[in-house]
Amino acid sequence: MRRRDFLAGSCAGLLATLPQTRLALAHAATDRRLVVVVLRGGMDGLAALAPWADPGLRRLRPRLAPGRAGVIDLDGYFGLDAGLRGLMPLWQAGELAFLPAATTRYRERSHAEGQALLENGTASPEGARDGWLNRALLALNDGDARLGLSLGPAVPLILQGAATVQSWSNDGLPEPGADFLTRLGLIYRHDAAFAAAFEAARGSARPDPALLAGIDDTLFLGARVAGSLLAQTQGPRVAVIEMQGWDTHINQGARLEGQFGRLTEALLTLRAALGSAWEQSAVLVVSEFGRTAAENGAGGTDHGTGGLAMVLGGALGGGRLLGDWPGLSTGALHEGRDLAAPNALESLFKAALIGHMGLAPAQVDESVFPASAHLAPVPGLFGI
Amino acid sequence: MRSVDAFIALNRFGLGAGPGGDAPLGGDPRGWLVSQLAGGVPAAPPGRSADELLTEVSRARLDGQGEQAIRLAMERDFRPALLARGAHLVQSEAPLVERLVLFWSNHFTVSTTRRAIAPMTPAFEVEAIRPHVLGRFGAMLRAVVRHPVMLTYLDNPFSVGPDSPDGRAQGGGVNENLAREVLELHTLGARGGYTQADVTQFALALTGWSHGGHPGSGDEALHGRFRFVPGHHQPGPKEVLGRRYDEAGEGEGLAILDNLARHPATARHLATKLVRHFVADDPPEAAVQRIAGVFLDSEGDLAEVARALVSLPQAWSEPLAKVKTPHELVLAVHRALGGEAPPPGDYLRPLRLLGMMPFSAPGPQGWGDRARDWLTPEALMTRIAWLRGLTPAGTAAARGDGGEHRRRSP
Repeated sequence: MRRRDFLAGSCAGLLATLPQTRLALAHAATDRRLVVVVLRGGMDGLAALAPWADPGLRRLRPRLAPGRAGVIDLDGYFGLDAGLRGLMPLWQAGELAFLPAATTRYRERSHAEGQALLENGTASPEGARDGWLNRALLALNDGDARLGLSLGPAVPLILQGAATVQSWSNDGLPEPGADFLTRLGLIYRHDAAFAAAFEAARGSARPDPALLAGIDDTLFLGARVAGSLLAQTQGPRVAVIEMQGWDTHINQGARLEGQFGRLTEALLTLRAALGSAWEQSAVLVVSEFGRTAAENGAGGTDHGTGGLAMVLGGALGGGRLLGDWPGLSTGALHEGRDLAAPNALESLFKAALIGHMGLAPAQVDESVFPASAHLAPVPGLFGI
Repeated sequence: MRSVDAFIALNRFGLGAGPGGDAPLGGDPRGWLVSQLAGGVPAAPPGRSADELLTEVSRARLDGQGEQAIRLAMERDFRPALLARGAHLVQSEAPLVERLVLFWSNHFTVSTTRRAIAPMTPAFEVEAIRPHVLGRFGAMLRAVVRHPVMLTYLDNPFSVGPDSPDGRAQGGGVNENLAREVLELHTLGARGGYTQADVTQFALALTGWSHGGHPGSGDEALHGRFRFVPGHHQPGPKEVLGRRYDEAGEGEGLAILDNLARHPATARHLATKLVRHFVADDPPEAAVQRIAGVFLDSEGDLAEVARALVSLPQAWSEPLAKVKTPHELVLAVHRALGGEAPPPGDYLRPLRLLGMMPFSAPGPQGWGDRARDWLTPEALMTRIAWLRGLTPAGTAAARGDGGEHRRRSP
């Protein structure tokens, strides 16, 4: 017996005073799937998608610039880092697009604040206490269908809010008995915070245990579980995967190659687990900001502005290289040091919510990304 | 029956009741807390110094054995140090002082995510944090920023002034990571009124702050102690927060740190974090102002600040305002179970499952300190499952043999 469905047993009567649990989703509002992959630390977009043919890159990064031989060329100007090689079949199939020179409305350089904006969907770090993806779930549904899925012990800010989300983490501990949980539920009734978390933990869909075999890496395990739960017909529709380790202040070459390799494997694991649902899926890979255009003294880069977003999925509907590209000339750099960011991540998120998930534009502008009407959805994606 | 005040003293300001229950409080919860602050900082749990460990790893690195040395040190030093620290906390008779150590250690986070310093992170706490939790904030700040573990964690040994002798000879550039995090996280706070120019100028002032034994330092200085490397230092005056600092080598960084330590924005930032930690996720403004005022008036006397925290009326009015972090929970459970040194499987394992392995925060901002950071559905279920598994009845129930019920009727 799994702990989340203990109410199905004979003890259900004892919990008559608690709200009814949902063991299966009554109805998913959509068959579309959306996954947001949050790369924490400030991913170096100029390394992932290097403008290798731009003479400015070698001037700014005499040691780090890859040159033609160091990249997988895409169009004679941009090339992919070798660590992302595994994504090339998606590129060739029209299932991978890039939005370079993009970031949120944040223009300073703190990880904590940058991540707060990326996740709260406003123009300031304290602009909202809930996440934009949670507000999008509310807009998608009544908020009680548990369409959102969080992986790992913590729910990231982007998914926090009024809509109850499912969650999964791999603790491997024995399940407590049903009676014990029932008694605990009665105690938690008197504490709003504990009661809410306890309620939310029940009714979460559980992956087939066979799925968990043979993977130790939390990132890959999360990708597989997310894909398989999203693939279920009555499963969640929106998931968030987090990946750490992108704050590359020193010797970033080797470190990023490893990071890009892991990211690639995670994305391919997700695609495999989604199975045929990949055709209805969009995956957005984003980070809180990019890094300095120039390398620093230690073979690394410092916190910058314009970063790179990647978009994957069978539901892309066109689009390969998106947005405006400001170039690397000295005058074009933000504050003379960072790749500028003419493209807004909010515009990418809006394109996915409107074009892919089917939300009304007005709803997105009003409640999901407040005060952002000037940021139009990225054109050329999801039929927009 | 335990009084609300005793409950608050033991939990809000302590690590949970030990086997003696309320007895150590002697009927005077506030007095018990204040007397801990007067007693000085208890001796640290055992462990080798960061200098010893860094020197050992540096020597091994010269022979191409650096990675093996780190792996060995994780097994022989880091893990025993974590367990010794756990036992020390479970058995502490000055839990408020230990809470302050944990708070400041998290404020000045260093993390095993940076492999090169992973084995030395517990030593960093012992050497740079612990001696100062009842002393001056300025002294702690100096000790922290000069410590090889923090210098390496935030990349400063690789920061070279462009016009320094080494910068001119070999190229290289300034790395602003340490300067930025000191301003944003350690002192003024993200809204503390500094600019990118302040970050860059402070970073230039800190060029040359390094330690022996890092890969660029040559083999003449393998020791793992602070070392000022004049060849890395950017010459000339610097200007930070509108104040000019004339060229003074190592002294520039010290002067800037001293000024940051007594800045009103620092007082406000630290007061907000302290009140959030000890009182409520949304810190009451009056309490923040009170603590910031004491911090400034006492010139950063952290014992005075701690006494002021204990005397905040807001701290004694809302008994259930804070959710324990996983570490606080696990420690409180082992104290309640009798104060034995916790076995690794019942200490490190739940911390790993709950996402709070000591000295392994994902970034320099450290662990979150609000209910929403820890009271998540999965984490709550993991807490429950771990706690249930601790008892013999729980183990039997998990086997499904009904032992839970049999145990109740003798």
